[in-house]
Amino acid sequence: MKYVLDFLLNAIPLGMTFLYGSTGEILTEKAGHLNLGIPGIMCVGAAGGCAMIQALVLAGNVPGVFIVLLGLLASFLAAGLMGLLYSVLTVSFKANQNVTGLTMTIFGAGVMRFIMAGLGQQNHAYLKALPIFRYPFSNLLPGTSWQYMGIMVYLAIIIAVVASLVLTKTKVGLHLRAVGENPATADAVGINVGAYKYGATIIGSGIAGLGGLFYIMNYAGSPEAYKSIETLGWLSVALVIFALWRPHLSIFGSALFGALYLAGSYIPSIPAFQQLGLPMSFTQLLKMLPYVVTVIVLTISSVRNKREDQPPAALGINYYREER
Amino acid sequence: MAKSLNKGAGKTREPLFHIVKRPTIPLWKSWVIRIIAILAAFLVCGIVTYLLVQRNPLDMYASMFRGSLGSKRKLWKLAKDMAVLLCISLAITPAFRMKFWNIGAEGQVLVGCLATTACLFYLGGKVPDAILIALMLVTALLAGAVWGVIPALFKAKWKTNETLFTLMMNYVATYLVAFFLLTWTPDGSSTLGRIEGVGMLPVLFGNSYVLIILVVAILTVAMYIYLNYTKHGYEISVVGESENTARYIGISVPKVIIRTMILSGALCGLAGFLIVGGLDRTIYTESVGGQGFTAIMVSWLAKFDPIVMILTSFLLIFLDQGAAQVAQDFNMSDAFPSIITGIILFFIIGCEFFINYKVVFRSAKKEVKE
Repeated sequence: MKYVLDFLLNAIPLGMTFLYGSTGEILTEKAGHLNLGIPGIMCVGAAGGCAMIQALVLAGNVPGVFIVLLGLLASFLAAGLMGLLYSVLTVSFKANQNVTGLTMTIFGAGVMRFIMAGLGQQNHAYLKALPIFRYPFSNLLPGTSWQYMGIMVYLAIIIAVVASLVLTKTKVGLHLRAVGENPATADAVGINVGAYKYGATIIGSGIAGLGGLFYIMNYAGSPEAYKSIETLGWLSVALVIFALWRPHLSIFGSALFGALYLAGSYIPSIPAFQQLGLPMSFTQLLKMLPYVVTVIVLTISSVRNKREDQPPAALGINYYREER
Repeated sequence: MAKSLNKGAGKTREPLFHIVKRPTIPLWKSWVIRIIAILAAFLVCGIVTYLLVQRNPLDMYASMFRGSLGSKRKLWKLAKDMAVLLCISLAITPAFRMKFWNIGAEGQVLVGCLATTACLFYLGGKVPDAILIALMLVTALLAGAVWGVIPALFKAKWKTNETLFTLMMNYVATYLVAFFLLTWTPDGSSTLGRIEGVGMLPVLFGNSYVLIILVVAILTVAMYIYLNYTKHGYEISVVGESENTARYIGISVPKVIIRTMILSGALCGLAGFLIVGGLDRTIYTESVGGQGFTAIMVSWLAKFDPIVMILTSFLLIFLDQGAAQVAQDFNMSDAFPSIITGIILFFIIGCEFFINYKVVFRSAKKEVKE
């Protein structure tokens, strides 16, 4: 039982990294843009946030609340800037979305490794703010897995719920979905297609960027943590499909992805599993789980071919008004 | 309602500028635009470097050229890296011409590497070298083809999204390699030493790179002919342009998708065979090192033309090696090359807009009216 609780307390917070990433990507995809730059954007969000936090920590005497708020803001803005770059290239310049996205990922991961190497020269001082991000359990139950249930876990869920409500219950959400389904029709009824695309991409990128910061400051909390963000970012993109483009389903999906991601390292420590006498190398096969499950979900949803489970109709196609 | 609309229309002024699609653009003009974009990108790279380390940008450009073209040894390394990247780019090109977004080249090459290493590991010294090399090649081609055809089968049958399917296959391949590495190294170190002495590829003209470069050169020409002068190449183009047209003229779309992905995957396997058999002589999970993704850039920037891809693969390898030298000379993190490559790619991606579209300003349009 203790194992199970410990596992869940690791898996659910880890999953929130995916939740930030997928919520951001869903918003962008609802506007009709498949942003494969999300992994890079999460990297930049992490780097921007950590740089700000390090500066505040080194300045000394900054109240914890400000460290958290300014850290989140810096992360959101840094990632948002990447979103702006993506929007300029794909919305205004009508560049190929996949190629632009892949370049964003190469560039973003490079920027992050560069900044993190710089932060390392001052001994990764941002990690001193770890207890603030892991509030309240870092004080209540220090040293246990409860510490991962920090404030940003709840923030992730709140953002996902709000995003879901905005998409399904408000006029803005309706317009956004119209832009993603059929931009020409949306344009004809007077919706500013470009503004919606820019807005959804920039806000979505900002949210995804928080995921990178979350992984370092709330979950992993180590100087080496940043090296995993790109991989986690790709899983976030996969989670969008798993969640069928619905942020509220993504909440459960993210926890499941977190569990699958950790299963490879947890299952070998279960006594019952050890009795099977499988070789150590078998754990590597278990690590395939999240990817295999994604492929299965992807396949099942395409076989069932239900209308409401499909991606936005204009996903990946740039809109040019004079082309009919 | 109508009245107010009319009133509004009277007040609306023409926007300051609007965008018009260019019907055609002369070839030289499009290349002038691209070269201006690359020069502008280099300028920005110089400024970025100056802001980061306060060093003269001219020193940076010098260091860049020295790093990639500075000595005979560096030129050979450039040629070898170009050949490997070009091989992967050629492999994915037929799929991309068909608008099959295969971002799984990374995994397809890696399973090719794995198959080659497995042959070396299990059969090295037990069978004659000629048979061993043949087996290495055949298994690598098969492994790559299998990895490529799985997403294609689902795409052909149920239109399953190939971009994410192929992406996921990359990770499955990575952990498959991790699994075999642990199996092959009982001490649990997961580092397999170089397997030398058995199944060595022939060394031509005293340099082990020559064979690889030669193979890729032949492949480039073959791919150019295949895509432009054969029935298969034509069918690929038609499916890429419009699936409905393809169906109308009697092309079986699923058949073309599956056949092309078998070819594409097998050629990725060939790249894996060259990497392990001719260069690394071993495997690690990072054997491909992101080249599967870089290859997409090479192919796309060249508009999927195999001959132009020689140029674009040169550009990307030049940037990578040059920037690595800059990072070393100026004492910067090894992440610097990715940043430089990113900036230059952004400019090239952005400049395509000015090739395909024309910006027309308000005043210019009025003159046309009058």
